[in-house]
Amino acid sequence: MYEIVNKKILNPTVTLMEISAPKVAKKAEPGQFIILRTDENGERIPLTVADFDREKGTVTIIFQVVGGTTEKLNHMEIGEALHDFVGPLGRATHTEGLKKVAIVGGGVGCAIAYPVAKKLHSLGCEVHSVVGFRNNDLVILKDEFDAVSDKVVLMTDDGSAGEKGLVTDALKALIESGEKYDEVITIGPLVMMKFVCALTKKYEIKTVASMNPIMIDGTGMCGGCRLSVGGKTVFACVDGPEFDGHLIDFDEAISRSDMYRGFERKKHEDTCNLFKKGDKLNG
Amino acid sequence: MANMSKIKSPMPTQEPFVRNKNFSEVALGYTEEMAISEAQRCLNRKNMPCVGGCPVKIHIPAFIAEVAKGNFEEAYKIISLQTSLPAVCGRVCPQENQCEGKCVRGIKGESVAIGRLERFVADYHNANSTEKATLPRQNGHKVAVIGSGPAGLSCASDLAKMGYKVTVFEALHLAGGVLMYGIPEFRLPKSIVSKEIEGLKVLGVDVCVNTVVGRTVSIDELMDEEGYEAVFIGTGAGLPKFMNIPGENLKGVYSANEFLTRINLMKAYLENSDTPVQRAKRVAVVGGGNVAMDAARCAKRLGADVYVVYRRGMEELPARHEEVEHAIEEGIVFKTLTNPVEIIGYCNCENKRDEKNGTVCGIKCVEMELGEPDASGRRRPIEKENSEFTLEVDSVIMALGTTPNPLIKDTTSGLDTQKWGGICADAEGRTSREGVFAGGDAVTGAATVILAMGAGKTAAASIDEYIKSKK
Repeated sequence: MYEIVNKKILNPTVTLMEISAPKVAKKAEPGQFIILRTDENGERIPLTVADFDREKGTVTIIFQVVGGTTEKLNHMEIGEALHDFVGPLGRATHTEGLKKVAIVGGGVGCAIAYPVAKKLHSLGCEVHSVVGFRNNDLVILKDEFDAVSDKVVLMTDDGSAGEKGLVTDALKALIESGEKYDEVITIGPLVMMKFVCALTKKYEIKTVASMNPIMIDGTGMCGGCRLSVGGKTVFACVDGPEFDGHLIDFDEAISRSDMYRGFERKKHEDTCNLFKKGDKLNG
Repeated sequence: MANMSKIKSPMPTQEPFVRNKNFSEVALGYTEEMAISEAQRCLNRKNMPCVGGCPVKIHIPAFIAEVAKGNFEEAYKIISLQTSLPAVCGRVCPQENQCEGKCVRGIKGESVAIGRLERFVADYHNANSTEKATLPRQNGHKVAVIGSGPAGLSCASDLAKMGYKVTVFEALHLAGGVLMYGIPEFRLPKSIVSKEIEGLKVLGVDVCVNTVVGRTVSIDELMDEEGYEAVFIGTGAGLPKFMNIPGENLKGVYSANEFLTRINLMKAYLENSDTPVQRAKRVAVVGGGNVAMDAARCAKRLGADVYVVYRRGMEELPARHEEVEHAIEEGIVFKTLTNPVEIIGYCNCENKRDEKNGTVCGIKCVEMELGEPDASGRRRPIEKENSEFTLEVDSVIMALGTTPNPLIKDTTSGLDTQKWGGICADAEGRTSREGVFAGGDAVTGAATVILAMGAGKTAAASIDEYIKSKK
């Protein structure tokens, strides 16, 4: 069992949890992910590592409530324990030799972008972070990004925080103003990553995108997480989760990501109703 | 007195059109009377050809003689000298190619139903025995076993009985490997596998789930930092193959591994499961092995019309005869001499937001005919000209075999592997690295439960010899 030692609500749909998992914490690197199950009959869901503390033996996860499992997870409190927590899985972000990098995060993807920014910063790399959210209420980790970036550009769709516009607008402006990046690392919704990659391709800047497809085991066994990269089928769990953004078939990935959308929607509703019922009984 | 019936006592089973709607076990098992009567068919020949056919050399005539006398616990003791998983092997071994294939009674009639008797004895013991296993005397040496499938379990069991302190590392959240995620409940109830694993724990074996060796911890660390004197790699062949034809990444295309894992390990067939699986109307399962049969029969039980698409003929199906027969009885349609060339996806070009876009709507196939035998000795399938046709299906399951996972190979120094990924090991299970042993599918590529068990046993003996010789 893996105890929840800290829990923080970051915004109405995004929660941070620090989980006691010493073996995973000992090995985790930015860019890798874990798989968890909340309970004995739970689904296995992959979440990218948001932070880790080797001394305390904890791993931080940040998740958005989107389906039944994340809803259940969100109802768990400090002191309770996850049934399963396995990792670290996948390959770590390649950070060696990078001198100047733009990190482009969107929404909850910023949670995954943050440890990458932190690591690059600690290695002496110049880090420009472009982080985007729908509005001010959904902004997360602003202070954390400030602490590890040489420049932070905050974007919101409605302009309620930072500048109004998309992350691609901000990235384009940075590039046009003469910033020269060795690499762009993008983590966020598939559609956002697709457009970031389309933009950087124009400017011929190497771009890495972090993928988070549907998967079960996370060790290469099920093949559910397959993607087309450069015309070849790869498994995100063992070959990734990061790939050359200019080679990823994003349209296929977007299509595959909604395979169980109907099921998820229903599970989420059912789970919400279950909790509401419980609240009534308890209240 | 010998029973001279030419045929085996039939196995009671659920009726085909009842069982193809549930996941309960198909074969119901012999009664005591049936077992005794079948055991009396054994001629107890001195040269025991059946034992020669058994990968773990169970003393078959001896245990059958005890069954014939009604001494079922005695029979169990004889079987357990050689195997730690009789309830599993009695169900999933391909006996027709092993013990039963060598049975003298098989020359003029059907062989003795050795597998069914093994299963009966194991089930009898599990249901009736009150005897508790005890912790063997500990010898103070630590061994790590990677993977909790048949190879790992049998290796761990043998070592534990010799007094070793064994830790089994499993990547998934439940131990059992392919017995848990691969073979369906209706062929091998998961309670049986759990019971076998509980038995190991009584022998002092620690089972460490949620541990991916190669990620969470490496073999180097296990040996250099954690004090394991030897390591057994029984990680199986878990990586699914695909055909590399257009459309394989459409929604509704599964590897058999994924489909079976969702159903068996994650229990997606249950109404209230948190893990989804597509409830398809018409499914094509591509492949002709046991895994293809398992996938097809699972899909049928989820309510689909199911085709097995196989490029050779019925005669060449690599699956066990019994599995094919069960599948046919359950209403699965075999499209043999048929090879897929493309999977076709639904596309509503006028409405890009149509949720059905990108889902499977058919599989384009060509007809085949058999030519000259190829390297495997089987007649090579050749495409018939202008024979293309499309099967309308909304899901495709690829059951084309598996290859070993490269994770261990990539993270262990000094471990030689074959070009195709299998770990190099000699007949005793020794790898190129001192103290590291391997066996089962990780070495041979995808094979059977019993061969993996045999390899695990052999390696256990080699590990014992290795550790003793070090002193």
